[in-house]
Amino acid sequence: MKSIKTLIAVLAFAGFASGAALAQSHEREIPPRVNWSFAGPFGTYDETQLQRGFKVFHEVCSNCHSMSKVAFRTLAEKGGPGFSVEQVNALAATYKIKDGPNDAGDMFDRPGRAADFWPSPFPNKLAAAAANGGAAPPDFSVIAKARTYERGFPWFVFDIFTQYQEQGVDYIAALLPGYEDAPAGEVVPAGKYYNKYFPGNIIAMPPPLQDGAVTYLKDANGKPQAPETVQQYAKDVTAFLMWAAEPHMEQRKEIAFRALIFLLVFAGLLYFTKKKIWANVEGHA
Amino acid sequence: MSGHSTYEPKSAVGKWFESRLPIMGLVHSSFIVFPNPRNLNYFWTFGGILAFMLVSQIVTGVVLAMHYTAHADMAFNSVELIMRDVNYGWMLRYLHANGASMFFIAVYVHIFRGLYFGSYKAPREVLWILGVIIFLLMMATAFMGYVLPWGQMSFWGATVITNLFSAIPGVGEVIVSYLWGGYSVSNPTLNRFFSLHYLLPFMIMGVVILHIWALHVNGSNNPTGIEKKTDKDMLPFHPYFTVKDAFALTCFLMVYVWFAFYIPNFLGHADNYIEANAAVTPSHIVPEWYFLPFYAILRAIPDKLLGVLAMFGSIAIMVVVPWLDSSKIRSGNYRPVFQVFFWLFAINAVILGWLGSKPPEGWYVIASRICTAYYFAYYVLVLPLLGLFETPKSMPASIADSVLGKGGSGSAMASGAASSPSTKG
Repeated sequence: MKSIKTLIAVLAFAGFASGAALAQSHEREIPPRVNWSFAGPFGTYDETQLQRGFKVFHEVCSNCHSMSKVAFRTLAEKGGPGFSVEQVNALAATYKIKDGPNDAGDMFDRPGRAADFWPSPFPNKLAAAAANGGAAPPDFSVIAKARTYERGFPWFVFDIFTQYQEQGVDYIAALLPGYEDAPAGEVVPAGKYYNKYFPGNIIAMPPPLQDGAVTYLKDANGKPQAPETVQQYAKDVTAFLMWAAEPHMEQRKEIAFRALIFLLVFAGLLYFTKKKIWANVEGHA
Repeated sequence: MSGHSTYEPKSAVGKWFESRLPIMGLVHSSFIVFPNPRNLNYFWTFGGILAFMLVSQIVTGVVLAMHYTAHADMAFNSVELIMRDVNYGWMLRYLHANGASMFFIAVYVHIFRGLYFGSYKAPREVLWILGVIIFLLMMATAFMGYVLPWGQMSFWGATVITNLFSAIPGVGEVIVSYLWGGYSVSNPTLNRFFSLHYLLPFMIMGVVILHIWALHVNGSNNPTGIEKKTDKDMLPFHPYFTVKDAFALTCFLMVYVWFAFYIPNFLGHADNYIEANAAVTPSHIVPEWYFLPFYAILRAIPDKLLGVLAMFGSIAIMVVVPWLDSSKIRSGNYRPVFQVFFWLFAINAVILGWLGSKPPEGWYVIASRICTAYYFAYYVLVLPLLGLFETPKSMPASIADSVLGKGGSGSAMASGAASSPSTKG
């Protein structure tokens, strides 16, 4: 019986493995793993990285991309980029928000407030598409969770235990600097670009980042906090997008740990209670 | 089995109340003194786990419904507001979304336990069929729940699944238009799905009560499949099984917490964080993981109507399992050949699930067909024929004997109480 079961298991595994190999043969480039501060059971956001990432978003991405579900006020909330309330108020005030109607029935513009949601660069999706060669730039509110790449068997099983769930951010961080010349024979339509990480490789977004395009804050020695390179910009803005998509992640992981410790102790107590109760039943341990 | 209540209230108020509504006596006879076979293993704790999950889903769901807006233009945004601005809204939503998956993990263990230990056999056929009805209601509830966030996979999943009904000859188109409340998946669809998603769990609750009622008529099956002979075979529900169930539930909750708090999006789809868009079809439309084996069966068959029939048939066939299985032996522990077919069936179901997540092309289609064929062959060939040819192992005389290691196939029995079926044979 043992040998039959072993045989079944081997056959099943062989079937799985060959299927997985077949599946992998026609896949796009796998984004390299980035060592994110927010990965893993004790992961937290790096405040200074989020602030740098916000600067990249603010100065570059937000010219075309909306982030309509993120409110200014959240930039000052715990577990985020850690801006001060004053900074956030000042930032919001630089935007004009359409409000109304007022008592006279007119719509009017007013300076932004911390409670406002991030204003979109275009009045609607069609306007966004029209201004960008027919493809509306996607909203950034949850994009870090809305992008992924396929892990395939058996990796997705391991991911349960390693908690690897940064496929989306790895992909975005690889995509942003992932532009290159199309290989020979590949035709890139006018107004489109070749990106080795984008599904299908033909992307409508022009290369968004250039070395030195965003100036980072200087440290005590007068040097920028982080290299002002496309690679670094990509990582920083991606970390910021992860926060935008999951602003309560730090609290979530903290509660997870406490809940697990509680359950572990409780399960231990129940286990010994169970043993004690069953001890007087003949034939049971 | 619970029989006449032996409950005697001690206080005057208790006596007054009990003589008017003997509900405490019912609870007492059903969950305190109710006799359970003493040899139940940990696979029998999943009934209690499922009851917990049903209540947990209803509680988180009712609170989520206080914050959710069932409108095609606002649903996606309202879910994000829950995630960001409702106090602990992210926790409610992640618990609810992952709770559905945990519910299905538990129900699949529960079903496979029933299939292995022959829990569907006489006199528990009605108990089993009520279980199949609960499973169907769960699938309907989970499917409609996944539509509510109104993401891309919500929308396109709903489109694919509701379209299946159009395969029914004659009335198919009418049924689909009633499901949609129009001529495509749109706002009326979302509204009625929300309404039904709120209703169905309470119907599940009703059938669960019948399920427990039916269970308490003949009592639980057990790993030996031998019915109670003497009181020595049994132990009262409390404290023996309350503490055992509580321990198992706590372990199960650790898995639940792991998923809901550490990897809350592992079991979902990235595409569902993109708002529903009728003009853009996702590259792969894939249902939630717990539907994948049935989705694979659907796509294994080239004809739409036959595919739909096969998919629904794969669940409907479980209703007649009690009459398909010809073996007089209840428990798989004493059926050496059955064990091989059973574990092949279990592996087959997992492979079907994996195939369901793959595009229906090339190698995957062939594999899906082989696995679908085995899925049905297990029910219509293996179960009816095996009982006629198989020589069962020798069995203990009673439940108590199996626990105390008397008679039967000695060594295998020593582990009877707490071992899993996989350690046998």
